[in-house]
Amino acid sequence: MRALVAVKRVVDYNVKVRVKSDGTGVDIANVKMSMNPFDEIAIEEAVRLKEKGVVTEIIAVSCGVTQCQETLRTAMAIGADRAILVETDAELQPLAVAKLLKALVDKEQPGLVILGKQAIDDDCNQTGQMLAALADLPQATFASKVDLTADSVTVAREIDGGSETLKLTLPAIVTTDLRLNEPRYVTLPNIMKAKKKPLETIKPDALGVDVAPRIKTLKVSEPPKRGAGVKVPDVATLVAKLKNEAKVI
Amino acid sequence: MATLIIAEHDNLTLKSSTLNTITAAVQVGGDVHVLVAGSNASAAAAAAAAVAGVAKVLHADAPALAEQLAENVAAQVLAVAAGYSHIFFPATAHGKNVAPRVAAKLDVGQLSDISKVISADTFERPIYAGNAIATVQCTQPVKVATVRTTGFDPAAATGGSAAVDKIDAVADSGKSAFVGKEIAKLDRPELTAAKIIVSGGRAMGSSEKFNEVLTPLADKLGAALGASRAAVDAGYAPNDWQVGQTGKIVAPQLYVACGISGAIQHLAGMKDSKVIVAINKDEEAPIFSVADYGLVADLFVAVPDLLRSV
Repeated sequence: MRALVAVKRVVDYNVKVRVKSDGTGVDIANVKMSMNPFDEIAIEEAVRLKEKGVVTEIIAVSCGVTQCQETLRTAMAIGADRAILVETDAELQPLAVAKLLKALVDKEQPGLVILGKQAIDDDCNQTGQMLAALADLPQATFASKVDLTADSVTVAREIDGGSETLKLTLPAIVTTDLRLNEPRYVTLPNIMKAKKKPLETIKPDALGVDVAPRIKTLKVSEPPKRGAGVKVPDVATLVAKLKNEAKVI
Repeated sequence: MATLIIAEHDNLTLKSSTLNTITAAVQVGGDVHVLVAGSNASAAAAAAAAVAGVAKVLHADAPALAEQLAENVAAQVLAVAAGYSHIFFPATAHGKNVAPRVAAKLDVGQLSDISKVISADTFERPIYAGNAIATVQCTQPVKVATVRTTGFDPAAATGGSAAVDKIDAVADSGKSAFVGKEIAKLDRPELTAAKIIVSGGRAMGSSEKFNEVLTPLADKLGAALGASRAAVDAGYAPNDWQVGQTGKIVAPQLYVACGISGAIQHLAGMKDSKVIVAINKDEEAPIFSVADYGLVADLFVAVPDLLRSV
């Protein structure tokens, strides 16, 4: 079975982003970029399924600028067999990415598509579900455990207050949550090997997809600052303040 | 102009997230309708009809809707979507699961986690884990959005008297099946609905200590228990206790952070709390920069002390 995994290049999760003073966005010039952490989990899961023998080929896909090639090389260093970059400088919103992925799903016919549940830049949490809708496939979002057989996938997924288990017919869409696995460290020999793996580049036009944004960002601003309060010397003072000043207990 | 709200419920009662979402719809203006898609969910539909501000309740009832499978719920929403200018879901695990499916089928972009209504087509939403706020405009015919519950006060659960219209339920998609559910038994309030939260970080040291030190305080305050990602990753607390960008977004009246340093991703999940108390022995910890009351102390001494004094 073929697995397709979508990966996004985002500002590294350790970077504290700054809002640009003109309010047009956040400053990402000269900032470290990495693979979206949830997507790393998605690649890792596909590799584990391949190691178990259920998946035979892993295709990593990214949509965006030329530099997304680096993200795809990382995906191949973790264990993807080949990669496809849908290259564009245009701003890509989740619906556009879902349409691009749908076109690739039609072409590559994967049995399973794995995506991160959300990207840590726009925090949208939409692409997997949108892809499932467009491709008319079942979905299991926020996965914490994936059991794949030749004709179905059983997924434990995180819900408010606990977890639930769903069984989907294949092909199916799965999005990953944090607990699913811990991605392996990429080793130097695997980085070298990844450089030799095939990476195909394709334009959105060639897939017949209009990627024009549907939602307009009018401005981006700093969140309201929460000022630091006071330090209290001891527990008794704290309790007195909570009772008499804040009146919350 | 009318907004359709997809109720989150357990077939018997409405989840409080539905009430916050109704407030957002009221702020948009126009009629507010609520869709209750469930199985034997008449009680939930009646509860929705009683909420102040609701003009009509659509009630679809079928076994296929019992477990809120995304495929079936999305199809149910699409069956009644025509004519609505806005379709709102609570930004909970349930709403986030279904909303993008609906938007994609309608060929419109979706707004995630709106935290403020500026006008009928313009909203605010946090990006980069709340480190920036985007003002976004959606001029598409239908605005599909998930609503961040902490951004809106809950609508009054009583005072309304909307009509309940029974509508035809969609057929089962046949592509996904519910196998089982494990919901942690809670004798305390749910994290996202709690008035007080006692939360622990990596400094708790072990799950035994976490329990031993924080549980009595939470019990005494009638509080929910939360944890930082570091504490969850270390196995001190279950995953669904995690407060932060990748966990739950909370805004209780009182948030007591014990041994939590205050990583950006944690602050993103709790900085809208009304009052924040931080107990940490590192006086440089970033958590103190958002705390209303900071106590520089060893939590293993201070928390038991606090327990005795409240």
